[in-house]
Amino acid sequence: MLREGQVRIPSGCAISGIINRKGNRFSGEKIIESIAVMHDRSNGLGGGFAAYGIYPEYKDFYAFHMFYDNLQAKEDVEHFFNEHFSVELSGIIPTRKVSSIKKSPIIWRYFMKPLPDKIRDSELYEDEYVVQCVMKINSKFSGAYVVSSGKNMGAFKAVGYPEDVGEFYKLEEYQGYTWTAHGRFPTNTPGWWGGAHPFTLLDWSVVHNGEISSYDANRRYVEMFGYDCSLQTDTEAITYAFDLLLRKHGLPLDMAIQTVAAPFWDSIAHMDEKQQKVFKALRITYSSLLINGPFSIILGSKNGFVALNDRIKLRALVAAEDNDTLYVASEESAIRAVCPKPERVWSPRGGEPVIGLLEGADSI
Amino acid sequence: MTLSMNTPEFLVERNLDRCIKCQVCVGQCANEVHKYDKETDSLSCEDLACVGCHRCVTLCPTHALTIKKFPLEFRTNANWTPSTINAIYKQAESGGILLTGMGNDKPYPIYWDHLLLNASQVTNPSIDPLREPMEVKTYLGRKPDKLDFSDGELLTEIAPQVELELPIMFSAMSFGSISLNAVKSLAAAAKEVGTMFNTGEGGLHQDLYSYGDNAIVQVASGRFGVHSQYLEAGTAIEIKIGQGAKPGIGGHLPGEKVGREVSETRMIPEGSDALSPAPHHDIYSIEDLRQLIYSLKEATRYKKPVAVKIAAVHNVAAIASGIARAGADIITIDGFRGGTGATPLRTRDNVGIPIELALAAVDSRLRNESIRHQVSLVVAGSLRNSADVMKAIALGADAVYIASSALLALGCHMCQKCYTGKCNWGIATQDPNLVKRLNPEIGAQRAANLLRAWKHEIKEMLGGMGINAIESLRGNRLMLRGVGLSDRDLEILGVKAAGE
Repeated sequence: MLREGQVRIPSGCAISGIINRKGNRFSGEKIIESIAVMHDRSNGLGGGFAAYGIYPEYKDFYAFHMFYDNLQAKEDVEHFFNEHFSVELSGIIPTRKVSSIKKSPIIWRYFMKPLPDKIRDSELYEDEYVVQCVMKINSKFSGAYVVSSGKNMGAFKAVGYPEDVGEFYKLEEYQGYTWTAHGRFPTNTPGWWGGAHPFTLLDWSVVHNGEISSYDANRRYVEMFGYDCSLQTDTEAITYAFDLLLRKHGLPLDMAIQTVAAPFWDSIAHMDEKQQKVFKALRITYSSLLINGPFSIILGSKNGFVALNDRIKLRALVAAEDNDTLYVASEESAIRAVCPKPERVWSPRGGEPVIGLLEGADSI
Repeated sequence: MTLSMNTPEFLVERNLDRCIKCQVCVGQCANEVHKYDKETDSLSCEDLACVGCHRCVTLCPTHALTIKKFPLEFRTNANWTPSTINAIYKQAESGGILLTGMGNDKPYPIYWDHLLLNASQVTNPSIDPLREPMEVKTYLGRKPDKLDFSDGELLTEIAPQVELELPIMFSAMSFGSISLNAVKSLAAAAKEVGTMFNTGEGGLHQDLYSYGDNAIVQVASGRFGVHSQYLEAGTAIEIKIGQGAKPGIGGHLPGEKVGREVSETRMIPEGSDALSPAPHHDIYSIEDLRQLIYSLKEATRYKKPVAVKIAAVHNVAAIASGIARAGADIITIDGFRGGTGATPLRTRDNVGIPIELALAAVDSRLRNESIRHQVSLVVAGSLRNSADVMKAIALGADAVYIASSALLALGCHMCQKCYTGKCNWGIATQDPNLVKRLNPEIGAQRAANLLRAWKHEIKEMLGGMGINAIESLRGNRLMLRGVGLSDRDLEILGVKAAGE
């Protein structure tokens, strides 16, 4: 059977995200409780979490979470790491045995800084240098997969129900200010841990529900800008689309959102002249980054998260606020499970983002 | 005069029980197939002159006429077929190049018919275009790599674009090759539906300047009718290097077709042959093309996108890449099945490659070079229906050109005799008596109806795929699957086999 990356596997899902906008950290128990309510939206073939603020003592180091199929792959990649980075610390990611989680790969993590000489020789910005390294490992090192590569954050994922995955990784022992979670319902059986979500790049993480019908148009566009969509998943393509728009092209967050969930031409026709010009330019320039078909996503970064629906709201997405905490989830029940009486609950309209930023951050 | 070995292609049968001798057929046939003999009060038919255009059959009030293939069997021979034998008879008689009209009619594989579209089931919902917005608006022209903002303000200026309400335009057909009424029909239809017609290399007739907002004006090797007012008149300028029906050769409008109006529009003497050279004599290489592109941009103060049209030939991908880098904003590729008013038969039937493969190769090549997003890609060369259009866009086209389909809408019956100037439907002719048969208002309605019908169908199919904007289909080759194709074909097309 072909695994993810060799074949494209559509899937439905559940997503949930919680942020404390004051930056106060809380354990992973809450997000597990939330995503567990939506058990029936997954089918045990993939679950995962992204957590921000979990490595304050190593916040200046890129935290690489790795999956290895075998020791040879680990040895090869570690050789590559030693050539390109200075490794401050490495070790196994602690897990506990959970009966439903099987066939675990070798799970390792590294705290590293890129070697200054190597960056200089590459003539790349540091973040681009790290991205290139990630792309190289994922495409060239057989049996190795980068689970996450950001600073002071990490992704934890596996084949299993999300609540079991949380237990497996002992997420109750981590403290983060932003957590996102994903439960997967693939329509095929990949049985590969790398295929679970969230998908990450640097400190971006994306959890996503839906099957985008524009996938190949989006993929072929981002590939022109140097991304290698080796996983063939929607989430991967969406992550690269945001990385391109926000990091590489430096678009303001609202413009990036209006690119992937663009207003209809009819709505643009009703805007004032100045706005029309901007939105027309966005749609004309980035037409291939319009994400079409049903989706709800949570795009996480060190500064917070953005939750977004497709422009005609073909997937469920609910948001709620309570004091400093913002919740988003596929279902209201997932929010009420951890916050029974939020101050405000609402269902964002199609294409209307829910933005949760840390205090003091002006963009994601 | 020696014995002619030409035999009729069609048999014209008249049912005498039905015929009322009204002589409509006699008056309608410019080829003079039907004759009335006053002496005997009877009608006769000259089968040899019949081209199978159905004008007489369509207008016969009592349906007394039947046209059949002339039943004339050669001894069966898989190698020497009737058409190959008859071609030799013709050339032995004339000593000339065989001429024909419209597109390649040989049974080469039609890749559109080996590609199938996708639809949503369960995992994502299909979208009903009657209930939800469904966008097919398309912009052609150069796109920037990225947009620059400063403090939320957009700094990037977008280059001029051609705005289309649907990604289908009327392809280049010159006034001269087709009648003024045919051009008027297409111009008015383009205006009504919100798309473009292309002047071809025949200039723009004075009556058509009011349709400038819906015109793409062509600059071809003959430069007929090209002047500054003409360049300013359209929304875009197209440099024609070649066309699918006759790659590598020029054009020839015989002097008989150059009446006063054609003469004035083309700026050539009345009755003179209009000869377009095979190459542009100022373009012998890609760097020369760049100069012409920028000459035209300078001439129009960078307010018009410039397109370059080439025939789909073997090395089309590399040529297209060169054209993009030479500064063209739009690349038009015309496949080997594209139509024409007149072309040498052997060229039409044997030169060039199918548009499906050319399109896939060009789109892939431009993407590999990371420049696909900068230019628009328009394809032509026999888009026969809305499904072909969908498939072209999924393979990577921004928009398509249609010409044969548009002429069929005006009444063309595909008899392939455009080069004779005797088009009984008033389309490919300059004979005033024939031209007036095509009412431009009715023609415009029919051509506009065709586009509207295709637009509805495109929206239905898009919605079925769970897509609500045409740009999400562009280059989205996962929406296609191939049937009955070789691995090599699939590889070039960049699509998976059905079932994969």
